[in-house]
Amino acid sequence: MLKTFSKGGVHPPENKLSAIQTIEQLALPKTVSIPISQHIGAPATPLVKKNDSVKTGQLIAKSSGFVSANIHSSVSGKVIKIDSVVDSSGYKKQSIIIEVEGDEWLEEIDRTPELKKEINLSSEEIIKKVGESGIVGLGGATFPSQVKLSVPRGMKAEILIINGVECEPYLTSDHRLMLEKADELLIGTQILMKALKVTQAVIGIENNKADAIEHLTNLTKQYQGISVQALKVKYPQGGEKQLIKAITGREVPSGGLPIAVGAVVHNVGTAFAVYEAVQKNKPLFERVVTVTGKSVKKPSNFLVRIGTSVANLIEAAGGLPEDTGKVISGGPMMGRALSTIDTPVTKGTSGILILPEGESRRGKIYDCIRCAKCVSVCPMGLEPYLLMTVTEQQNYERTEHERVMDCIECGSCSYICPSNRPLLDYIRLGKVEVGKIIRTRKA
Amino acid sequence: MSKLLIVSPSPHNYGNDTIKSLMYGVLIALIPTLLVSLYFFGVGALIVIVTSVISAVIFEYLISKYILKTKPSIMDGSAVITGLLLAFNVPSNLPVWIVIIGALVAIGIGKMTFGGLGNNPFNPALVGRVFLLVSFPVQMTTWPAPIQSRLQYLDAVTGATPLGIVKEGLRNGEQVSELVKQIPSNMQMFIGNVGGSLGEVAGLAILLGLIWLLYKKVITWHIPISMLGTIFIVSGIFWLINPEKYMDPVFHIIAGGALLGAVFMATDYVTSPMTPKGQLIFGIGIGFLTVMIRLFGAYPEGVSFAILIMNAFVPIINLYVKPKRFGEVVKNG
Repeated sequence: MLKTFSKGGVHPPENKLSAIQTIEQLALPKTVSIPISQHIGAPATPLVKKNDSVKTGQLIAKSSGFVSANIHSSVSGKVIKIDSVVDSSGYKKQSIIIEVEGDEWLEEIDRTPELKKEINLSSEEIIKKVGESGIVGLGGATFPSQVKLSVPRGMKAEILIINGVECEPYLTSDHRLMLEKADELLIGTQILMKALKVTQAVIGIENNKADAIEHLTNLTKQYQGISVQALKVKYPQGGEKQLIKAITGREVPSGGLPIAVGAVVHNVGTAFAVYEAVQKNKPLFERVVTVTGKSVKKPSNFLVRIGTSVANLIEAAGGLPEDTGKVISGGPMMGRALSTIDTPVTKGTSGILILPEGESRRGKIYDCIRCAKCVSVCPMGLEPYLLMTVTEQQNYERTEHERVMDCIECGSCSYICPSNRPLLDYIRLGKVEVGKIIRTRKA
Repeated sequence: MSKLLIVSPSPHNYGNDTIKSLMYGVLIALIPTLLVSLYFFGVGALIVIVTSVISAVIFEYLISKYILKTKPSIMDGSAVITGLLLAFNVPSNLPVWIVIIGALVAIGIGKMTFGGLGNNPFNPALVGRVFLLVSFPVQMTTWPAPIQSRLQYLDAVTGATPLGIVKEGLRNGEQVSELVKQIPSNMQMFIGNVGGSLGEVAGLAILLGLIWLLYKKVITWHIPISMLGTIFIVSGIFWLINPEKYMDPVFHIIAGGALLGAVFMATDYVTSPMTPKGQLIFGIGIGFLTVMIRLFGAYPEGVSFAILIMNAFVPIINLYVKPKRFGEVVKNG
C-alpha cells in the first residue's frame, strides 16, 4: 500500500532528466569560495587568515553557538583572501577563498572504499562527532544536524524517518545516492538511530523511484529496525510535516517540532554524511549536486567539493544553454533563482536547474476568480487567497489569526492559480510582518 | 558574466490551469445540454441561444472598453458561459428583445458593475433570469412543447411544466396519483422530452457535463452532490409523510432546474464558497430552500431564487467556515 499525506498537494511534471546518470566526481576547481554561513543559525568564526595553508578536511571556521555549524576546507591549498561573495540567497556573504594546490587530505580521514559496519561510538559521542563534522540538513533546509539529534528534555524520540522523497521535480541527487551508496546510508541510518536511542527507522521514498525502493528494501533485510515505505508521488511530500503525516499518520502540532510527535526526520544525504563522518572520520566538505534542465546538454549528478563555482558545474554539464532564462539553486518549486552563476555550491545545494527563457517569466496576473484551488492544494489547510488579501490590506492581525505562520512556503498555491496571482510572494511578506509583531510582543 | 539572469521568488514552475482553460472546460461540459435543447426545441432554441451569447459577449466588450476602460477579456469564455446559461434558463419562444434585455442585465448589472469576472457576488446569468421572470412573467412562463414545436419560434405550441401542473393541481386539491397522469414520466423528463426552460430539461445531458467537469477537476463534487442530496432527502421526507400531497423525491431532482442549477449555476466559482465544508453548507442551503419554495412558495420552481439567496450568504460562510488546519488537533494514530 502506497502511503501519502492527506491534505492538499499538487503533482507537477516530474522531469527527472538525470535519474539514470551515475554520480560523477567533478574535477577540482582552481579556487573555491567557502561561505562561513551555509546553515541556519549563527555564521561560523573563521580560524584561518590570508596565506595560511590548509588541507582537505581541515576545520577553517568554527561553530559560534548552539545553532551553528563548523566549516571545513574542501580542498588543499592556500587561503588567498577572506572576502564577500554573492551566495544563492543573492546576498553577499563572507567567504574563505582558497587557491587549490594538489589534493592533500588530512591523514585521519579514512579514504579506503571499505564498508565499516560496526558502530563504536556511543550516542553522545555520535552527536558530538556529527557536530564537529559540520553536518547540516542536506535536503536544503541546512539546519545543523546535531541540534536535531539532541532531543529536548522531557521529550522522547520514537521513530527516525529518513527522507528519500525528493519530491521536487528535476532533482535526482538523493535518488542516485540511494542507488549508489545504499549500504553507507543504511549504516548512517543505524548511527542516527543509536544517537536518538530509537529502534525503528523508516525510509520514505516516492513511487517514481521504484529502483531505489527495491534496492533499499532488499538491503534493509540485513539492517535491523530499518524499513522502506513507498509513497504516492505528491508534492510537497518531502516537507517534514507532510512526510511524518504520510508515514506515521501523526500531525505535528502548529508551531511545534516533529519531536512533539516522537519523530525525527533526516535527509538521505545527511544519513550518508553521518556515515562518512562517524565511520570514516570525514567531515562534510562535498556533496552530490544535480545539474539539469531541458536545454542542458548533459544532465548530470556530480560529487562536488563545497565552494566550487556553479559555473564550473554548468560547464561540466555541457555549458550554459543559449536560451537560458533562469538558473535555480534547488528545484523549481522551492529553489532560489540565482543572480549570477559565479556563486559557490554550499552544503544546501541539492541541484542546479536551468530553465529556458520561455519558462522563466510569470504570466499576466488576473483578478481572483475564487476557484478555491489554492485552498484545496494547501498542504497546511490554509486559505492562500485570503492570506494574500489580508496581507495586501496590511491587516496583519487577521493575517496572524488566519495562521500565516503555519505556511511552509511550498508554493503549491502559486503553482495552481489560474489567474497567476503571486500568492506565495504576499504570504511571505505576511510572514515577515507577523513575525515582527510576534517578536515585539515577546520582547 | 555576460548573460543577465531572470530572478524571481519561488515557485518557478506553474500548472496548466488558466482562466481560459477552466472556462472552456465548462463550455465543453455544456455541449451535451446544448445539443439536447436544440433537438427538443429546434429553431426557437437556436435563436434564443445565439442571441443571448452574442449579446452577452458584446455587452461585456462595450462595458469594459467604454465604461470600465479596461482591456476587454471576452476571449476568456466567461461571457459566453453567462450568455449560454441565461439562454438555458429561459423558454425557447422568448422574443429576441427580451433575451437581449436579459443579457444586458446579466452582464451589465450582474457582473460588470462589480468590476468584472471574479468580483460579482451573485450569479450573473441568474440575475438576468430573475430580472426577466419578475419583469416579463407571462413570456417567461409559457413553455413550448418539446419536439412538436421544433420548427416554431414565437408561435410555438405551449403548455405548463410538470412543476407548474403539480403546483396548480395541489392548490386545487387534486391528489398526486391523479396529477402524475398529466405529466411525463420521470424517465421522459430525464432525457429531456418535457416542457421547460430550454437547457434545464436535459437531465441526462447535464449529468454527462457533470462527469466531465469532475473528471477535468474543473469543479469538485461538494456543491452538486450536497444540493441534490438535500433536495432528495427533504422532498423525500415530505413524500413519506403524505405521498398523495407531495411528489416523490426523484421527481424533484429531475423536474425543473435542479440539475442544471446544481451542476452549472451553483458551482460558479465566483459566487460559491472557498472551502469544501463551506461548499457543503452552501449546497445544502440551496437544496433546502429549493424544496421549501417549490412546496410552500408562490412559484412552482425555486432553484434560481435559492441559489441567489445562498450567494448572499457566501461572504459570511467564507468568514466563519475554515478548512481544518494541519496540526490543529494533535492526533497520535
